[in-house]
Parts: sequence; C-alpha cells; structure tokens
Amino acid sequence: MALVSLRNVSKVYPPASKGAPSVTAIDSVSLDVEAGDIYGIIGYSGAGKSTLVRLVNALEHSTSGEIIVDGQDIAVLSERELRKVRLGIGMIFQQFNLLGSRTVARNVAYPLEVAGHPKEQRTARVAELLDFVGLADKAGSFPDQLSGGQKQRVGIARALATQPSILLADEATSALDPETTHEVLALLKRVNVEFGVTIIVITHEMDVIQTIATKVAVMDQGRVIERGPVFDVFSNPQAAASARFVSTVVKGVPSAAELAVLRERHTGRIVTLAFRDSAVDQTAVFGELSRAGVAFEVVYGGINEIQGRPFGHLTLALSGVDPVIDQVLAHIRTLTTVTEVR
Amino acid sequence: MDALIDLLPELWTATYETLYIVAMTLFFGGLGGLLVGLGLYLTRAGSILENKPLFFVLNLLVNFIRPIPFIIFLAAAQPLARAVTGSGIGNNAIIFTIALAASFAMARIVEQNLLTVTPGVIDAARSVGAGPIRIIFTVLLPEALGPLILGYTFIFVALVDMSAVAGYVGGGGLGNFALLYGYRQFNPIVTWAAVLLIIVLVQFVQFFGNYLARKALRR
Repeated sequence: MALVSLRNVSKVYPPASKGAPSVTAIDSVSLDVEAGDIYGIIGYSGAGKSTLVRLVNALEHSTSGEIIVDGQDIAVLSERELRKVRLGIGMIFQQFNLLGSRTVARNVAYPLEVAGHPKEQRTARVAELLDFVGLADKAGSFPDQLSGGQKQRVGIARALATQPSILLADEATSALDPETTHEVLALLKRVNVEFGVTIIVITHEMDVIQTIATKVAVMDQGRVIERGPVFDVFSNPQAAASARFVSTVVKGVPSAAELAVLRERHTGRIVTLAFRDSAVDQTAVFGELSRAGVAFEVVYGGINEIQGRPFGHLTLALSGVDPVIDQVLAHIRTLTTVTEVR
Repeated sequence: MDALIDLLPELWTATYETLYIVAMTLFFGGLGGLLVGLGLYLTRAGSILENKPLFFVLNLLVNFIRPIPFIIFLAAAQPLARAVTGSGIGNNAIIFTIALAASFAMARIVEQNLLTVTPGVIDAARSVGAGPIRIIFTVLLPEALGPLILGYTFIFVALVDMSAVAGYVGGGGLGNFALLYGYRQFNPIVTWAAVLLIIVLVQFVQFFGNYLARKALRR
C-alpha cells in the first residue's frame, strides 16, 4: 500500500464571476507515492502541481476523488481531524513562510507548541534540529537576518519538528540561487536517507528532479501526462512536454529547426544515437566507426548522468561512402538505437 | 494671560478629563475595532473562517457608520448612549459614543494591517495543524503587531479630536475648556493654551507609538 495515494482526484474552482467558466486545476489525477520515495512532480506554472501538493495535507480540498494518506482517506475528514493528520506531514515553501516575529528557534518550536509538547522537550528537539540543518549558531536570530538558503534550512527544521513521515516541498528551491539550491537539495536528500522521510518535491526545474528525485510525474494542464522512475523518463521521455523538460538539462534530439541549421553545415549523412545506461558501450560504438574508416563529427546532443547511470543522445555527421556507412550502421544497430535524420 | 492663570485649575481638570476620555475610548474602541477588524479579515473570501453573509453584514455596517461626520453621529447616537449609559450627556455617554465610532474606524485599520500578513505564513501555520484561534494569537496578531501599533497611535489622535468635539454635548475636556473659556469669552490665549496642551499630548503619544512600533518591527 502506497504511503500517499491519489485516486481520480479533481479540483475544480468555481467561476471567478458569473458567466466565466469554472477552472479545472486538477483533472482526475491518480498517483502513488511509496514510503521512502523522493517523488518529483514537475510542470510549468499553472500546470496544477502546487494545488496537487496542497491537497495532500488538505490545505485545499479536492472536488472529487480519494486522497489516501497512510491508509486514511483525508477527503472525508473534518477540519479538526485534519489538524492531527497535518502533524504527520511537514511542508516547506518557495517563500519560506517563516514567522517574522519569532526567532529561528521559536519558529522551529512552533509545530511542537501546536502539538502540545512540554517546554523542555521542545528546547531539546529544537537544538537537535538546528544542529541537523547546521544553524545552531542562528537560534536567536530573526528570519530577516538570514539569507535565502538559511531561511529554507529553518523551514526544513520546522517542517521536521514533529517527526513527520511525509515532507511536501512546494517549489522549495525556486527562490534560491543555483549553489544554494544544491545545498538545500543535499539537505533534503539527507532528510530522506537519515530519517526515512518520504518527500514530494514540486518544481519547474528539471535539475531539481535530476539531483534528488527517484520517481517523477510530469504535469500539464492539471493532468499527469507521464510518470515513472526518473532514469526512464529522462532517458526516454514519451510526452512532448517531458522531452522539453529533459532538454533543459541535457540536449536530446535536434528539433526540425535545429536540424535545418545542421544541414547547412553538413552535407553528409546525419544519425542520432541513443545512449541509455552502461548497457550501451560508447567505446564499442565509436570503435565500429573508426574500424570501418568512417569519419564522424559530434554535431548535437549530450550525455548526462542520473543516479550514476549515464544517458543521452548524440547526433553525428558522418562522412564516407554510402555502402560502408550502411554496413557500419547495421553493426551499431545491434548495440543501440540509431535514428537516421534526413 | 491673567485670565489663563486664574483658569489654571480648570485647565488641569480639563486635561485630566481629556486623558480619561481618550484612555477609556482607546480601550473600548480599540477592543471593538480589533474584534470587528478581525471579523472582517477572517470572514472575507479565501480567509480561514470565510463566511460570505457575515462579511457582507460587517462590511456594510462599517461602511455605513464610518462616513457619518462625528458631530452628527454624536447627536444621532444619543438615544442609544442614553439607553446604554443611562444618560444622553456627560462623560459616560461621550465615552460610549466615541468608542462606538472609533470601533468602526479602527476596524478598517485593523483589517488593512492584518491583510499585510503574507498568506503564506498562515499556510505554514495551518500545515503544522494550527487551528483558527491559535493562528489569530500566534501568527496574525504578532506578525501584524508593528503596523497595528501605528494604527492605534493614529486612532489615538482621532480620539483626542473626537473628545474635543464632544464638548458640545456636555462632555468635559480640553475641547470644552477651549470653547467655554477661550472662544466664547474672546480670549485667544486661553484657546491656544488648550491647543498647545493637545499638541504636546499628541506629539508625546505619537513618539511613544513610533518607538513601540519600531521595537515590534525591530528596525
């Protein structure tokens, strides 16, 4: 049984004014997040991903469908019952949402106050958490004295205070610079590994998915259009939107326009080779080409790595006589997928 | 000048009365304003206790009462003041009427200040399981404290103004003193003495309010 399970969940907002159409933010989404996953949900703004994650802790209520969290359908719970459920689900936000009137330590203590923990317990837990996120020396500072990365680390400490089993990260790194983003992502990874917290990451940056997620769902116009292990989606995206996201971190197959440019410079034959995992040996592929005496030039593409597994596409411009090229391509086809572009 | 020296005991009594009226109305009007303001904020669309009919009623009430010029409100509310305090004139009636008018003026200021609190922090509080009452006391009011103090400082000045006008219906205070001994007896020095005291009072309170707000905002 998945830890978080959505079954045909929809969220429809009533019309903003009379006569206007109602807005379907989430369109019958089904999704299973297993315990221990770092589940990435990626989509452009307006795709419905933030709404989706806010349904999981019932900050917003679904219009229809089942939302089962830890075996309990939260769609049917009362507001009072939901407050208990929320203690088991931490959340961090793009804008951090720290209480400006409280010190760092008292921000982290806030969920513990809500949960009714006694003061000594709170103090000990806050010290432990601030130590974990590396901000023990900032306990007495106020949020406006911290950098963005530090604020998000306080946000993470606060979200973990009540030892939740699920952490929701709503664009948690979108307001941070690339370096700080990686610090925060590394911290989230530690949260997952050291505490076994299941994390749902909402983002529009494929880089975030690539860095920490184990599974990914691609959302577009309120629907999940593709899902699967991150490696599979990255190395072989099916939907056009998925391919666009993948192309933000690694160049894939040239588009028609890009191909036209390549054609102007290269009169010979152009082929795209797919490299997926170590199953495809690059040395073997390039060895075939040189043995046959076919000169080549890499004109497009790139190789990237997810969880230690390389993947990518390389487009080559070949020069040589046709029969020889045909022969060598036949050999290479036994090693990997070859697409000849004309 | 001699007239003023003769009137000094009356001047001090009037100052004391102004302070008394303002303090009482600040307390009752401030509390009323806080409640109505919170009501407006909490029941508006998208807020944590969204309630369209209640918001509509509160909003209408505030819009209805706020534009009435105070001197007319004073007369219009007299029967109500009499019913509540037992008399249509005198300091208690004045305090009631000013507190009522101030509640609605303050309600808007409170509502506006609460709206400056980022909705995200309320989401954050909700996400850890905080209920509405806890959110009001641990998030909304502390987060808006700085602007709220400035709002109350602002309303203090309005209360001094209203208390002076209330001299017309038998309320005491510096306004009444200036009218009675200064304006009606063609003695501008006496009038200006009362004005000066009011200015000093307002300056002092504004200074103190700014100080407190700075402390709350930590800047």
